[in-house]
Amino acid sequence: MSQPLLQVKNLHTMFPTESGEVRAVNGINFSLERGKVLGIVGESGSGKSVTAYSILRILDNPGRITQGEILFEETDITKLPRNQMRQIRGSKISIIFQDPMTSLNPVYTVGNQLMEAIRLHTSRNRQQAQERALEMLELVGVNEPKKRLKQYPYQLSGGMRQRVMIAMALACEPDILIADEPTTALDVTIQAQILELMQELKNKLGMAIIMITHDLGVIAEMCDEIIVMYAGRVCERGTADEIFYNPRHEYTKGLLRSIPKMTTTKERLTPIGGSPVDLLNMPKGCAFAARCDRAMKICLTEQPEEIEINPDHRAACWVNVKEGALAQGGQNNG
Amino acid sequence: MSDYHPDQIPQKKPFSLQLDVSKFEPATAAEKEQHDIMRESTTFFKDGMRRLFKNPLAVLSIVILVLLIITIVVAPMVVPYGYSEVIRVNGQRDRSVTNLRPFTYSQLEQQAIDEGQQVFPHIFGTDELGRDYFIRVVFGARVSLAVGFFASMIVLVIGLLYGSISGYVGGKTDIAMMRIVDVIYSLPDTLMVIMLSVVLDQVLGDSLKGTILASIGNNMLSLFVVFGVLYWVGMARLVRGQILSIKNNEYVLAARALGAGAGRIIRKHILPNCMSVIFISAALQIPSAIFTESFLSFIGLGVQAPMPSLGSLANLARGGMQVYPYKMLFPALGICLIVLSFNLLGDGLRDAFDPKLRR
Amino acid sequence: MLKYSVKRILLAIVTIFIIAAITFFAMNAIPGGPFAKEKAPEPRVQAVLEARYGLNKPVGEQFIMYLTNLLRGDFGVSLKTGREISQTISTSFSVSATLGAMAIVVALVFGLLLGSIAALMRGKWPDRTIIFFTILFVSVPSFILATLLLLIFSHGLGWFQVWSVTETNYTLPVIALALYPMSYITRLTKSSMLDVLGQDYIRTARAKGVREQLVIAKHALRNALIPVITYVGPLTAYILTGSLVVETVFGIGGLGTHFVSAINNRDYPLVMGTTIFLATLMVIMTLVSDLLYKAIDPKITFD
Repeated sequence: MSQPLLQVKNLHTMFPTESGEVRAVNGINFSLERGKVLGIVGESGSGKSVTAYSILRILDNPGRITQGEILFEETDITKLPRNQMRQIRGSKISIIFQDPMTSLNPVYTVGNQLMEAIRLHTSRNRQQAQERALEMLELVGVNEPKKRLKQYPYQLSGGMRQRVMIAMALACEPDILIADEPTTALDVTIQAQILELMQELKNKLGMAIIMITHDLGVIAEMCDEIIVMYAGRVCERGTADEIFYNPRHEYTKGLLRSIPKMTTTKERLTPIGGSPVDLLNMPKGCAFAARCDRAMKICLTEQPEEIEINPDHRAACWVNVKEGALAQGGQNNG
Repeated sequence: MSDYHPDQIPQKKPFSLQLDVSKFEPATAAEKEQHDIMRESTTFFKDGMRRLFKNPLAVLSIVILVLLIITIVVAPMVVPYGYSEVIRVNGQRDRSVTNLRPFTYSQLEQQAIDEGQQVFPHIFGTDELGRDYFIRVVFGARVSLAVGFFASMIVLVIGLLYGSISGYVGGKTDIAMMRIVDVIYSLPDTLMVIMLSVVLDQVLGDSLKGTILASIGNNMLSLFVVFGVLYWVGMARLVRGQILSIKNNEYVLAARALGAGAGRIIRKHILPNCMSVIFISAALQIPSAIFTESFLSFIGLGVQAPMPSLGSLANLARGGMQVYPYKMLFPALGICLIVLSFNLLGDGLRDAFDPKLRR
Repeated sequence: MLKYSVKRILLAIVTIFIIAAITFFAMNAIPGGPFAKEKAPEPRVQAVLEARYGLNKPVGEQFIMYLTNLLRGDFGVSLKTGREISQTISTSFSVSATLGAMAIVVALVFGLLLGSIAALMRGKWPDRTIIFFTILFVSVPSFILATLLLLIFSHGLGWFQVWSVTETNYTLPVIALALYPMSYITRLTKSSMLDVLGQDYIRTARAKGVREQLVIAKHALRNALIPVITYVGPLTAYILTGSLVVETVFGIGGLGTHFVSAINNRDYPLVMGTTIFLATLMVIMTLVSDLLYKAIDPKITFD
């Protein structure tokens, strides 16, 4: 088996502030194969976006990676010198952000910003870069691409701008596209279009995608694998089917209960009680314990580790340990 | 999930574990609550004040202002000279008492001291007419601070009334009222201040003689009038903006649904919620008023002699600058200290209460 | 954009008209009026005044006459000297304009530079030092600053000659005039720059692999400059009024000096004329900076 394209090992990222260290990411692991789609799910503050920014090393000040490795094609990019890292950004690993309204520079034309990305990482001259930009706009389905090149971002709708962002991210044919909640700020109808476009482009260009979202439903059908994050840790991972139909972490179950289903109309939605954990004062044990209906004494003192449920599924929850033991105990007795 | 490598992710098979059964009992609600360490919850105001007192420059400026206020209150009680009083020794005028250096005495005073009498020292020396300079600077600081304070009060009252009416009533009234503000706002304020001061000085003329206002003086009065006419527009805009943003909050709508009147809603719901911002910006008017007063003093439109202000003292001292530099120094330092303290305090308050900077 | 410009230009015209009206009627409220006979010592001057202002006619007519005179560039005559005010303005304003233009350039260049440095090194010692000095500079009244500069560098150290007809060194007056607005621009630039650096499009630029220097120079600076443009109008107003003080302290015979002595001499027509002239200049500069702001900032939709 070949080495995966990207491996994140025991990544820790934190933000030192006046009031203390905000520990946003606390030791997460995952790997991504070429051409696969990985979904990262969690509520706001769970560390999804920080993970993405850590990979590209574009953390907002004063955030920094304190521990762990990020191997891209077997090179640890957390230790690369700045200028080499810069060459990876936008050419090997690209990102699109949540809010297309604010992610494009308002004082430059769309064409200018697209061509900037192209000319940074390829040897194309102005003319060729413009051709490429045009080609990319066509590819992402922007109508009248020639006219758009000369327009400023404020003259475009939200959906259009996100398409431009995607065009910009893909212009240098990256190996990995990170999509940080690419549809959250858009209308529902546009959301579907953008997701469809990404799926289509993936099939055409063959890049791997890391899809970050707080909405499990949005990404389910796209993802080869899903990671559920809480308080900067992975609580559950597995194929979409496993996560949806066989959730084994209380937090995942809570997340699923809070999604409206098309089939059952009578069922009430159940929100997860309590408030997200305070990242300044991370509790011992499982971060979710205080909000968990089935919390046990051990959950408050010891942090659960990821346990294999089946080859396609792992979860970090003490309940599984208990149930596993009971099941085994039952076997032993019987 | 064949992507995973055993060496990367710690593996534990539940079946191989030895379990301590007691640990797997359900946790009680109390235990869970304890686990959920929440940050100490504070109010916006408390949090801001805590931050303010962590800022050394802001604390320093508060200390300086408090010390200054104590000085200008206490000093006139302690120092036996008046601000417009020419110093006499035992009822006798003394020619050598003019332009004394700090902590020196005139000939007659020296004689009196030699005879065993107590003479209060001239801490900053005396001026060209033989008046104690320290007490003049103290009164100058009083006048400057009073000008600043009253000017900002005028701005606050007019701006608050105008802005809250405009913001609360809304609609066409608001548009009309804000047009007026726009026009006044676009007038070059300093020039208008100069012009109005020139005119008011003449118009008021002697008409004030005999009234209480006479003691304030024409120029001071015109300064206040000018502030009342021109400087309130910024405050009115601020108040209106604050009110507009609060007006549409649910709790205001709820109060209105319960039948609360406009006055009650403004007093009970809107003002308390924007007071801190409004007071901070009113406090920041004080240094700008002190500046304006000193500017007017410079071009000969400041407070009337013999009443001193820091601006007029500094301006007067420019004449003998090369001979008596300290005469410039004391009032100049006074202005700078007061204005600097207010500016630092204002900066501190802004940093402490600006939600954008909170983490 | 066109609609906005028209609206904005109309407001400026209205403002100038209001300034002229306030000035005229306020001056007329002075007992005896601004052109009162007893204040004009010479019969020759008196005769000129009567003819020019129609002093026998009602106030309303006088005002219209005054306005039409203004439009023709006729600001009237000085009470003290009988000289044409427009002539006084045209001869003395060139010095003030030179001084003011230099101060504006100095304030803008250093303000932008120091503000950007402070923002980029936020919380470190250069930031703290810069911000401390900007607070210090905005706490010193300009006439005190000017006097201190004159005392220390001209009289004390003798580095600069005292201003005279032959010795026209602008260094000290420009410093005295520019420090306050420079400090203001520094602070404005800093907060604007910090605001921009926190924007999503800066992250986009970094994610594209743009080098850090270029992120600042291309993506941040241009956006950060936009709010500073709106300050150009108030900056001009500050410089013009500030030069009243600075010119007087340094003994520069510009328009400011004439204005201050007119105030002290109660030479009302000269005060009026100069006020209207300077106010018009300020209103025009504010208009220009507002229009420039609109033209440069594509974020604002043109409606």
